[in-house]
Order: sequence, then structure tokens, then C-alpha cells
Amino acid sequence: MSDEIQTEYDTAGVEKKFMFLNRKAPYGTIYALEMLETVLISAAFDQDVTLVFMDDGVYQLKKGCDTKAVNMKNFSATYKALGDYDISKLFVEKESMEARGLTQDDLIEVIYEDEDDDWAEKPAIHVKSRDEIAKLMEEQDVIISA
Amino acid sequence: MLHLVNKSPFERGAFESALNMARKGSAILLIEDGVYAALKNTPFEDKVSAAAKDIRICVLGPDLEARGVDQVIEGVEVVDYGGFVDLTVDHTPVQSWL
Repeated sequence: MSDEIQTEYDTAGVEKKFMFLNRKAPYGTIYALEMLETVLISAAFDQDVTLVFMDDGVYQLKKGCDTKAVNMKNFSATYKALGDYDISKLFVEKESMEARGLTQDDLIEVIYEDEDDDWAEKPAIHVKSRDEIAKLMEEQDVIISA
Repeated sequence: MLHLVNKSPFERGAFESALNMARKGSAILLIEDGVYAALKNTPFEDKVSAAAKDIRICVLGPDLEARGVDQVIEGVEVVDYGGFVDLTVDHTPVQSWL
């Protein structure tokens, strides 16, 4: 029938650009952890994923977090595992870092293995300027923001 | 009076408002994401240092540790949960700024 609704789509091999924009501090609200869990799920679908950390989101990557006294699960280690899921682009906004008196030395290290370079270990976290990130945002297919 | 602030000053104006409203002899306790207002090297540092002369500005230790933060502005007191309780006893009324 001509007015049948299409329900089958051929999506095999489709790769979209996903940006996960993290703007919230960790632990005070559930956003940081939920975004991280969403990213891990999305990694199963072989898409082009970029994580951006800006505003208070930069605090999510802070080293030295110890959550014992607040009785919450420490998920810092989960960011480190992102490299194993082929997520190699974690961009931190330079201006947000500067406003918070932070440098890359204050952040954890996330490493991935570059399959195009003989599995060489490379850092996944890069500090990018506001302009670079703004431009990158416009190139995305899907932006998930929290 | 005790002012409780639980959100980051970068995200929300609650801390600035509390600071504006806190009168001499009162106390402000920073908890949860509010602890970021107690950190050195932010645009809020000078305001906090100045306010700490007339107001008791405290920050909850466990929430600082959870966020990996240890550089606290001079004049800001780090308290534990017992200290939190003491503050509520010593300063009334208590207001939780949202």
C-alpha cells in the first residue's frame, strides 16, 4: 500500500559524529556518571565519538578524587578505561580550565592505543580552545549535552 | 545564621547571593558541589577572603576529598560531618540555598 510506514532502515555501516558535552561537576549531581555510562554504551556501536569537557565538567577529570568519606562510588577509573573502548578524543576547554586555576597536570591521564600507528600508546585528553570546540560542535551529527 | 550552599558558584548564583546576604557573625557552609567556591585560583577567591573576616566560611572535608581538591583559600575552615552538626547547633536559623 502506498501509505505504508517505512519501518526497516538499512543502517549497517553508518557512522555519525557524536559529541558528548559535559558541563557539570562530578558527584553533586548524577549527570557526570550518567553521561559516562551513555558513552560506554555508545562505544558498542562504532560511531565517531568525541567527549568535550567544559565549564564545571573539567572537574570530572581532576586527579586525586577520593570518595570514601562521602560513601559514593569513585568513577575516575572509568574515564581511564575509555581508551579500551576506542574512545580517543577527550577535549577539555582551555578557558574553563583557566577560570578554575587548573592545568593539564591537575587532570588524570587517559591513554588509548592507536591502531593506525602500530598500537602506539597516546594520550586521549587534549586541551582545546573555546573557538576550536565551537567549530567542532557545528560539525557534529548528534550532540548530547549535560 | 547558617547558610548552606551546595552548588558550584560557576554553575549558579546561589553562593554569591548567600555571600551578599550573610551578615557579620553568621556562617556559610559549602557542601557537595558548593565546595568549589572554597578553592584557590578562581575568580571568587578575593571575595571569599574578604568575607572570611566577618563571616565564618566553612567547607565540608569529605566533599573536598571526593572532588580531589586540596587547595583551599586561607581563612576558610575545613570541617567534617561532626563539625557540620556543630554549625547547625551554633548558628540558627539554617537556610539551604538551592
